[in-house]
Amino acid sequence: MNETVANGKFGQSVKRVEDARLITGRGRFVDDLVFPGQTYAAFVRSPYAHATIAGIDLASAQDMPGVIRILTGRELADAGLPPLPSGWNLSSIDGTPARVGLHHALAVDAIRFVGEPVALVIAETRDQARDAADTVLVEYQELPTVVDLAAAIADDAPQLHDGIAQNRAFEWEIGSSAAVEAAFAGATRRVTLSLRNNRLIPNAIEPRAINVQWSAFDEAMTIYLTHQNPIGMRGFFAIMLGLPSENNLRVVSPDVGGGFGSKAPAYAEEFAVAFAAKMLDRPVKWTAERSESFLTDAHGRDHLTTAELAMDDNGRFLGLRVHTLANLGAYISTSNALVVSYMYATMLSGQYAIPAIHARVEGVYTNTCPVDAYRGAGRPEAAYLIERLANLAAREIGVDQAEIRRRNFIREFPYQTPLIYCYDSGDYEGCLDAALGLADYAGFEARKAESQARGKLRGIGLSAYVEACGIGPSKLLASLGGGGAMWESCEIRVQPGGSIEVLTGAHNHGQGHQTVYAQIVSERFGVPMDSINVVQGDTDRIQAGTGTYGSRASVGLSAAVHSCDKIVAKGRAIVAHMLEVNLADVVFADGIYSSAASNRTVAFVEMAQAAHGAASFPTDQIEPGLVATSFFDPPNFTYPAGVHVCEVEIDPETGVVEVVAFNAADDFGNVANPLIVEGQVHGGVTQGIAQALWENAIYDPDNAQLMTASYMDYGMPRADSLPEFGLCFWPSPTPVNPLGMKGCGEAGAIGAPPAVINAVCDALGVDHVDMPASPEKIWQLCRAREVS
Amino acid sequence: MYDLGYSRPATLAKALELLQQDDLAQLVSGGQTLMPVLRARLAAPSQLVDIARLDDLRQICTIGAGIEIGAGMTHAEVAASPVVRAHLPALAALAGGIGDAQIRHRGTIGGSIANNDPAACYPSAVLALGARVQTNLRMLDAEAFFAGMFATALEPGEIVTAVHFPACAVACYLKFRNPASRFALVGVFAARLASDEHRIAIIGGGNGVFRWHEAERHLDRGAGVDGLDTVPLDLANFTGDIHGSADYRRHVAKVITRRALTQMA
Amino acid sequence: MSRIELRVNGRNVEVEADGRTLLTHALRDHLRLTGTHIGCDTSQCGSCTVHVDGKAVKSCTILAVQAAGCDILTIEGLASGRELHPMQAAFNDFHGLQCGFCTPGMIMMAIDIVNRHGRPDEATVRAELEGNLCRCTGYHNIIKAVCAGAERMGEMA
Repeated sequence: MNETVANGKFGQSVKRVEDARLITGRGRFVDDLVFPGQTYAAFVRSPYAHATIAGIDLASAQDMPGVIRILTGRELADAGLPPLPSGWNLSSIDGTPARVGLHHALAVDAIRFVGEPVALVIAETRDQARDAADTVLVEYQELPTVVDLAAAIADDAPQLHDGIAQNRAFEWEIGSSAAVEAAFAGATRRVTLSLRNNRLIPNAIEPRAINVQWSAFDEAMTIYLTHQNPIGMRGFFAIMLGLPSENNLRVVSPDVGGGFGSKAPAYAEEFAVAFAAKMLDRPVKWTAERSESFLTDAHGRDHLTTAELAMDDNGRFLGLRVHTLANLGAYISTSNALVVSYMYATMLSGQYAIPAIHARVEGVYTNTCPVDAYRGAGRPEAAYLIERLANLAAREIGVDQAEIRRRNFIREFPYQTPLIYCYDSGDYEGCLDAALGLADYAGFEARKAESQARGKLRGIGLSAYVEACGIGPSKLLASLGGGGAMWESCEIRVQPGGSIEVLTGAHNHGQGHQTVYAQIVSERFGVPMDSINVVQGDTDRIQAGTGTYGSRASVGLSAAVHSCDKIVAKGRAIVAHMLEVNLADVVFADGIYSSAASNRTVAFVEMAQAAHGAASFPTDQIEPGLVATSFFDPPNFTYPAGVHVCEVEIDPETGVVEVVAFNAADDFGNVANPLIVEGQVHGGVTQGIAQALWENAIYDPDNAQLMTASYMDYGMPRADSLPEFGLCFWPSPTPVNPLGMKGCGEAGAIGAPPAVINAVCDALGVDHVDMPASPEKIWQLCRAREVS
Repeated sequence: MYDLGYSRPATLAKALELLQQDDLAQLVSGGQTLMPVLRARLAAPSQLVDIARLDDLRQICTIGAGIEIGAGMTHAEVAASPVVRAHLPALAALAGGIGDAQIRHRGTIGGSIANNDPAACYPSAVLALGARVQTNLRMLDAEAFFAGMFATALEPGEIVTAVHFPACAVACYLKFRNPASRFALVGVFAARLASDEHRIAIIGGGNGVFRWHEAERHLDRGAGVDGLDTVPLDLANFTGDIHGSADYRRHVAKVITRRALTQMA
Repeated sequence: MSRIELRVNGRNVEVEADGRTLLTHALRDHLRLTGTHIGCDTSQCGSCTVHVDGKAVKSCTILAVQAAGCDILTIEGLASGRELHPMQAAFNDFHGLQCGFCTPGMIMMAIDIVNRHGRPDEATVRAELEGNLCRCTGYHNIIKAVCAGAERMGEMA
């Protein structure tokens, strides 16, 4: 364990500076805030998944104690609240834009998923709001529901949105179908696979929360919001609320209790609450109860996919054909059109040189909660598919699962895949060997025999994933349907006394930004960590930013590096005057400016003082002050990769799968803080194992009720369900950014699910098991195995 | 939750009086089952009558060869009790595995059996060991006490005050946890009584605790544990849900019964 | 409304609240001790864990009136001044938290585990944390922190 160092250094396990407030109960989360005149909101939610609203009777609720106002969807729409904005414009194969079903913040005429908000009660206390919400009478006319993807696109399926036949929002493709046809024609071996990527519920432990203040006099709003992208949300809210400009709105995200993608969308409830605050001219607070989180936080995954992989006799991959039905839920959530298309299918090449790939994705509406980015967002679905196919290929060819990967690895970089991406760097086989060493792959057979002696089945599974992080080149993303703006900014202000403020538009929700930004600035300036204050999540303080998601800390940190460089360079110019030497002779190292031409040295802090004093240099040549701002727009994505090795033991009598070992070698490029990065992997791997074994959002096929709507029924990973993890880094630094960092936040959630399922299939000797590998499902397979 | 009143009477008699005066009053002891129900607004009692701290309900002692556990004893207290650990270690182990540590600090044996949740652990021990439930009015045999899921023989105004467990030769409780809630998907309390008779009580089936008489007879005949797989266990005792079908629950009940008996041997 | 007398972090306090007020709401809303968090409504997540009369309980599963007269310890009551409780320090040293939302409950539970088990092994810590959910850390470093915190508490005792 490294001790906290006075001066940070990139690559060191510096202890986190943000911990102090969080371990003493002095963190500040949105629900902790109470404002003078505070009111509380509670939503009336539909108990039905598909219905029309025949009437709403507010009479008795309005008379309840403490009730200030009750708003319906019709009222909000009439008052000017528009439907929710779309964050991505996706076009179908035929060039037509995606068919978007209008999503009102509060349902206006129709309900399309269970829990959809119908009315909003504002009262003096939280309990009074809840009490009144319970007494609002809504008359529903129930409609038939559809949950299943295949059923939703049938001709006679219940239709969710007017004019959107068979619930098909879009049919999108990538790659060359002609090239794939040719590859299959020339192939001697093939494997096919149909799978479901199970729907997940994100479950950040801090529920969604918002507290909105409105000042009618100057038309100014302040929104406290638990969110991954507060700066980006300002624009959304300003438009939705009809404010004169973004200047009329301040968005603040204080401490954010986990996100995993679920705190990145623009949500219906938050718009309704903000709009209500404006109508009432009083602060309105809403904090979701966990039951509401289960019903309405954007869910993740939910794909139904069929795929075929063509090979030669040696198991060399020749072509890949993929068709996916992606469950959008009842509406297209902010980023989901991107998630199910470019975030997903572009990754289908995996770590392999596959000459021809074609993927077709159909986005389908169902009577379920809208789906959006969840840790990995499209990339886990791709990795799961290709890594399952790789193991099927190994079985088909009759070679070991490591060997099939070796035969197909990409070995030269940069590597242009058939699917847009150009992988920047990597050492896939080196990473594989490192992971196999860590996992003692060679000793597996002995461990398997030992398990067998105890009546247990043991299996081992590999996955070799690659992902695209560090989103992203703005121009490229704009060309694919986004709004661009995928840079990140960083402003560094050095005060006369030498204290430093680092302002970034990225936003921490557990990643340790305060520490890592400070580490980098501390090292670059040669100043103590505690002289640096990292500021995030407040649009009054931060000019511009695009938030934290998609493992893109490297983008903001690169902007910080550029701002550091600008400050150091300005310091050199100032010091040249102070020492009366040539600029070219001034060097800066370890916090000290010096010159071979002078005996004097100038510490960084002295330079800062001089910059503000403005007395030791000509101000017509050098501006006073010491502030630098940089925007970094990455020239390419980064491509973190790794090999995860999972070992499971199965109790054939009960079907219980236990993960007995999990080892991973990951290439995150250069690692800023190993302590923090390992923590990110632990968390990601845990979510990945949980997807493979326990987590599963289940809607009742008969009425579209969410059957896993609490921790009583949704299987969360717990401390006693996991082994200790073995990790190592196998870095191939990226040339894409000045730090050589690739990103690490989602890796575990991407690498783990196929490793676990490959291990389960290995133990059972079967081709495939759909996630989650629940005890009863596995028991049935064990029974079938005994019979055969 | 809906608003409600609260009282903490100093005596059992006073608690009974409060219950008599108010049909909508509800007893609360540890409240670890009740409080989530109230939070979900699934019940609306007028007031809670808190009996958790009544001294009369808070003792563990030996009675002859058996033990008596006051209804107000928490799961943690039962698990840690030297008396229980010495006389009925399987019961102490059961109590030490209920819910989680925080819940064990509040939840009580009286509350658990009076609620008779089909997934609760305690009813299996009470039934298997032939315990007797003491109330303010009478003493009930376990067989007479439990009456299907969430149902007992308790009359309005009747309060469980203690549970008497007779001595037993050896026992073992095994629980197969629901991977989500961690409640028992199936739990089996297996015991060989002082009389040498066997008792197998099963919870988690969905319809409330029940005995597997066929297995008891099988074992009492001296037949081996291995033969249990072929002993009939009525599927009607089990209901299925998203966590396991009735068939699977029955299968698991058989497996963990065998394992419990093997541990006892 | 009833008047409830509590002893919180060594101070006698009074709360004026509805009968239905949960201890967690009394702490957060009435006493402004917002370190105790609420992460679920089914008594599963453990974010609200505090000590009542020296034992870890879920403050969302007990009414404030039920705790009347009890000694309550919350996350805010652990450090003395700027000096951290050894368990708090261990969570920092071993990176036992990421977003920090479940952390107060984790630390309160961890201290309870040490109070009952002394120096627990890894398996014991994992089993005893069954009632505390963390979505960020995969528990890996929490386990390490609790074991290390237990050592340090033992040394201080």
